[in-house]
Amino acid sequence: MSTDTLSPLADEKYHGLTAEQIDRLGTELDALRQRIIADLGEADAAYLRKVVTTQRTMEIAGRALFYLPVIGWLPAVACLSVSKILDNMEIGHNVMHGQYDFLGDPAFNSRMFDWDTVCPGEQWKYSHNYIHHTFTNIVGKDRDVGYGILRMDPDQKWHPYYLGNPLYAFLLMTFFEWGVALHDLEVENIVSGKRKLADNKPLYPGLMRKIRRQALKDYVLFPALTGPLFPLTFLGNATANLVRNVWAFNIIFCGHFPAGVASFSEEETANETRGQWYLRQMLGSANIRGSKLMHLMSGNLSHQIEHHLFPDLPARRYPEMAVEVQEICERYGLPYNTGRLRQQLFSVFKKIVRYSFPGGQAKAAPVRGPEAVIEDSLAA
Amino acid sequence: MSALISPPVSGGPGPVVGRLLRSRLAAALATPHGVDRYLERFNPMWTAHEVRARVVSVHRETSGDTATGSAPVATLTLQPTSTWRGHRAGQHVLVGVELPGSAKRHTRAFSISSAASAPGERFTLTIRAHDEGQVSSYLVREAQPGTLLHLSQAQGEFTLVESPATPTISRLLFITGGSGITPAMSMVRTLLRDGYDGHAGRRVTFLHFARSPEDQIFADELAEIAAADNGVDVHLRHGDQQFSEFELRRLVPDYRDTDTWLCGPAGLVELVKGAYADAAGELSPRLRMEFFKPAVARAASPGEVIEGEVSFTRSGASTAATGASLLEQAEELGLEPEFGCRMGICFSCTATLTAGTVRNVLTGEESSLSDEEIRICVTAAAGDCHIDL
Ligand SMILES: Cc1cc2nc3c(=O)[nH]c(=O)nc-3n(C[C@H](O)[C@H](O)[C@H](O)COP(=O)(O)OP(=O)(O)OC[C@H]3O[C@@H](n4cnc5c(N)ncnc54)[C@H](O)[C@@H]3O)c2cc1C
Ligand code: FES
Repeated sequence: MSTDTLSPLADEKYHGLTAEQIDRLGTELDALRQRIIADLGEADAAYLRKVVTTQRTMEIAGRALFYLPVIGWLPAVACLSVSKILDNMEIGHNVMHGQYDFLGDPAFNSRMFDWDTVCPGEQWKYSHNYIHHTFTNIVGKDRDVGYGILRMDPDQKWHPYYLGNPLYAFLLMTFFEWGVALHDLEVENIVSGKRKLADNKPLYPGLMRKIRRQALKDYVLFPALTGPLFPLTFLGNATANLVRNVWAFNIIFCGHFPAGVASFSEEETANETRGQWYLRQMLGSANIRGSKLMHLMSGNLSHQIEHHLFPDLPARRYPEMAVEVQEICERYGLPYNTGRLRQQLFSVFKKIVRYSFPGGQAKAAPVRGPEAVIEDSLAA
Repeated sequence: MSALISPPVSGGPGPVVGRLLRSRLAAALATPHGVDRYLERFNPMWTAHEVRARVVSVHRETSGDTATGSAPVATLTLQPTSTWRGHRAGQHVLVGVELPGSAKRHTRAFSISSAASAPGERFTLTIRAHDEGQVSSYLVREAQPGTLLHLSQAQGEFTLVESPATPTISRLLFITGGSGITPAMSMVRTLLRDGYDGHAGRRVTFLHFARSPEDQIFADELAEIAAADNGVDVHLRHGDQQFSEFELRRLVPDYRDTDTWLCGPAGLVELVKGAYADAAGELSPRLRMEFFKPAVARAASPGEVIEGEVSFTRSGASTAATGASLLEQAEELGLEPEFGCRMGICFSCTATLTAGTVRNVLTGEESSLSDEEIRICVTAAAGDCHIDL
């Protein structure tokens, strides 16, 4: 046993699994991935097209309903909010992960797609697809841990600034699309001197262009086209953007920050194997239990664990994969972090408040699940 | 400008609406998805920027014969959207087809067989159904009036232009084999339609090779052209009448100094190239060639020893294929392609495969589409291949 265990540090980190067990886990997950890839096809294409049709219909309806003063306003905001949420979550986020590149359709190609938010898809793909998905929950490397604004982990050194944690979180939620857009500028790294202001220069033109376009359509052109109803349409568009911001923020925070989600250090993850990478993704994410509608509106990020294991597979496959992933977790004695939306939200909220103060409990408890015992006897 | 004067297309928006849809206002309202993404909700033939086409008619050129192994050929007449900018004779178009039963859109190049077209104007493709060819079989056997195709604008430089050394009175020579006849046919049709009659002393020689008389497409039209008094000499060769330099010299004594367009199967191309090479092996600059198939060897199957050369075309570096990822192979050569995660999830490393065969190391899937975007960190050479890096 002692010869094939990892260093004591990594051993504990990975719930007492041996290197060999971790490799086996990796192989199992690879096999699951292969099975889904082999099965991709018309149903996935049809699903995406259906969601896109729904989203476009909602958007057109929303824009049109603003012409009906009084009775039209609320339905208009509702339609437009749903349209923006679908656009960002089930369509944009997933398409830009390359989940639908296999279709060969330029309209759904990760290199060409852009979404209905002020963050340019191009820049988001770097900070999200590359930085966040490669270095998930490695404190100091994954800039999504606290978004460079919040303290969400005891390993982040406390500073009086963090007393404002709840306030910053509230502001980030309200202006989430702007937060995501400015995320790439790594302001916190500039403040701390890790990044030069000049490094951001190449990002400005793309960012400004995107912001100009988004603002022009939502806050000038569409309102202007409704003539005297300008203020109402303006307000309606702003509300739809806000609804989307609040929803997206909450879904994303529930995917990464509820209690029990593990974080990692750079030393722990140096020279990671594929199996260990998988493990880190599993231990560093959390799911949300809910209805089909809930999964659709969250872009299936309610299956954040599966998304982090297989970021480039169509998200509509995550529910069926979740059954197997959960079974695998049980067999290896690994936690599978999931809960209802209310539960996960409360847990995130508690964390935001807790970490505004110094200290904090060490990372997710590295306990071995009861099933690990069975696994051991099988391996023996 | 051309877009504004395009004739209205049946079922498409009129010129005024078209102009509105192409306006900056429409683009601003439709941002970030673009106007076409909304128009297609109503009618796929209403486009402001993209090009699509409906099949108007399908004409069977030859029916094919399993006994002799010859494949059926059909000509599709296409009505493009008003966004079509027209084509020059000899150009090709990329055709995207959603095959029933497969979610993927497959894209293949086809030369345009009809005379040069104006914006929005109909044109034809003449396609040979390859035995196991997915797209060609579908288009020849199953496309019907109404079938929707995704198109690129016309592209390619294999066109009817003269070299500076040859004024308009010079002679023209077309040497084609099999379905390679299509671009040459477009050129000859364009010449004749535009009033060319051969009386200015400029002769056209059309030399075509087909497997058999039954396989000869455009036979009636070529017979008419040959019979008319127009200065076009048509020479059709069938069966085992192979290309010979001797015969070419007899038909066009100074062929090496004649503007020549060559398009056909590899065997024919090799023979003709031999005839156009001088003692030092240098090809005559008058010879222009079009390939329907990349001139790169097929891949080894999984498990087999990989034999081939990986060429990074932009940097001019090349190395023997080892089975390592193309990213690693490029780095070994001292190149510095962009990369991110090195595990196929971030798409930072995408590059264009211009020719050859590669294998996705995650899926084991082989691919040899030219101009395909590949993630080089999870792709290895499966034979000779050319990467635009
Ligand atoms: C510039 C250009 C112009 C072209 N113009 C025409 C045209 O006018 N008419 C026309 O019929 N085709 C033309 N082609 C060829 C066409 O693009 C396709 O390669 C061909 O139709 C086969 O596609 P597929 O999808 O049916 O075959 P695939 O499904 O891609 O291939 C199936 C099998 O057929 C073989 N195969 C594929 N392509 C060829 C080929 N070109 N020759 C021999 N074997 C092949 C493959 O090796 C494979 O074994 C042109 C190609 C290019 C690059
Ligand atoms: S480097 Fe991330 S996909 Fe290749």
